[in-house]
Amino acid sequence: MQPSPSPNSSPSRANLAGWLYVSPLVLVLVPFFVAPILVVLAASFFATDGFGGLTPGFTLASYIEVLHSALTLKLYLATIKFTVLTWIFTLIIGFFVAYFLVFHVRNQLLAIGLFLLCTVPFWTSNIIRMISWIPLLGKEGLINQALLAMGVIHQPLEVLLFSDLAVIIAYVHQLTIFMIVPIFNSMARIDKNLIEAAIDAGASRFDIMRLIVVPMSKSGIALGTIFVVSIVMGDFFVVKVISGGGSASVVSAFYEDVGVLQYPTAAASAVLLTLVLVAIVSLILRTVDIRQEITR
Amino acid sequence: MSAVLAEMPKSDMSKTVMPATTKAIAPSKGGRSWTFYVLATLFSLYVVALYGPMFCIYVLSFQDIRGGLVFPMKGHSLHWFVDLFTQVRTGDVKGSFDRSIKLAVIVTIITVVVSFLAGLGFRKRFRGDTFVFYMMIGSLVAPGLVLGLGTGLLFQALGLNASWYTSALGAQLSWTLPFGVLVMFAVMSRFNHVWEEAAYDLGASRWQSIWLVMIPVLAPGLVAVALFGFTLSYDEFARSLQTAGSLNTLPLEIWSMTLNVTSPSLYALGTVTTIVSFIVIGASLGTIVLIQKKRGSQAKG
Repeated sequence: MQPSPSPNSSPSRANLAGWLYVSPLVLVLVPFFVAPILVVLAASFFATDGFGGLTPGFTLASYIEVLHSALTLKLYLATIKFTVLTWIFTLIIGFFVAYFLVFHVRNQLLAIGLFLLCTVPFWTSNIIRMISWIPLLGKEGLINQALLAMGVIHQPLEVLLFSDLAVIIAYVHQLTIFMIVPIFNSMARIDKNLIEAAIDAGASRFDIMRLIVVPMSKSGIALGTIFVVSIVMGDFFVVKVISGGGSASVVSAFYEDVGVLQYPTAAASAVLLTLVLVAIVSLILRTVDIRQEITR
Repeated sequence: MSAVLAEMPKSDMSKTVMPATTKAIAPSKGGRSWTFYVLATLFSLYVVALYGPMFCIYVLSFQDIRGGLVFPMKGHSLHWFVDLFTQVRTGDVKGSFDRSIKLAVIVTIITVVVSFLAGLGFRKRFRGDTFVFYMMIGSLVAPGLVLGLGTGLLFQALGLNASWYTSALGAQLSWTLPFGVLVMFAVMSRFNHVWEEAAYDLGASRWQSIWLVMIPVLAPGLVAVALFGFTLSYDEFARSLQTAGSLNTLPLEIWSMTLNVTSPSLYALGTVTTIVSFIVIGASLGTIVLIQKKRGSQAKG
């Protein structure tokens, strides 16, 4: 990466210094990330008495149970549906919002101000933002009231809240920011002269988009995708609150399992989900070296 | 985000007069194309949709005793705010508020220190750096509820009591640290190594170069890391759920309220916690801008 700043740097010294600097990070991540994952992995092979008691052992019973249940397939299909739809909408909105800020707002100070305006809700409570859909989408909520008053509908729409539609709206609302920030960052690095040159050479608006802007924001898109996909696939809160129990996802089922102390099946399903997630994330990481991207 | 702030230009470049290019998607000068208006509309709609629902609950939390969960407003009063902190049935709001703030402060301090050190470490390649990096990414993308359950079971297996200042603290750090280090990466990549070299040439020790050169230069970035640490911890839910033990943090309290409280006191709590978030965000961004301004005037004078 960068040339070493310190005067003496034999490889072994550099290794030692590097590890010293990251040792506090490792000291947190080992007990609170690696160990818990291993515990869940171990629990997935344990037998249970059905009352929360775990018998150490090695059985694949939980996996067989999870994989044989028709519910699993349904849950995964639901989760994938949520993930794909959320990804598409956050990508489209996030891409164009970032594009607007980078290429259309001429005053850079204003662009930064508007950018911050988009990011502020990220630093506030997700739960509160979920709850705030009730007065809008609920049966007696604003949207229904407005539609009734306009005579568009004669009965309140119940699908607004407590439905898959509401879940998607809530996800997109919550996660578009995760697309905007990385895409904004990679777009901001595109040299404006490149686009001027393309215009001079006779490129159309679409060509510029296809040949310059999209390829050069690929790393931002990849980074945003990792965030959105991992959060939607790992979420249970939005599904539970917004769907009113009508929809379920892999992790919300996990939550129910934990609630009734079915630790091994919950753990087995968590392990499977983690494997799927790792596969998706490493596929994305193959297309972009995010470490290089961030440090560039 | 601080990285963006750090690149604030001294003046607006768009004042140069040039002939308008009609084909330009991104004219830095001249007339606006139709795409500008389309995208400006999209952007405005996005911002309205982003803030609109939040404002609904702030407004609704100021109803009087007849208030319900939906519009129209029924009177104006602070009834539900008083209710929030005095009624027993709404739970231990005060206690959980207290715990959440304390926990967020502890998480912030640890996040800033650890992320800064890790940022220093990752500047140079060392054997195993990729492994540590991917461990961090793993901790970021792992489903929070699963990690929380793992941590809870681990504490149980070791015979330790889960509590907000042990297991929940660690669980939250597994979430805030990856964010902190990623922000540090962005901040460090804009650090000019010449300054550090100069410090060494002038005889500074490693410690002096960090304390007297790097920390002052990187201060705005460190404030940004602190902002991430505080707000992510203060609002953290999934990882705390199985690790907080018997005493709730604020998001857990809100969660249990969503299940059994159907009065505007739920909205009042939302308003209160959002005010705290806004104060923290405002203070952090203000500090960053202040540092930048001070530097600008120093550079000129």
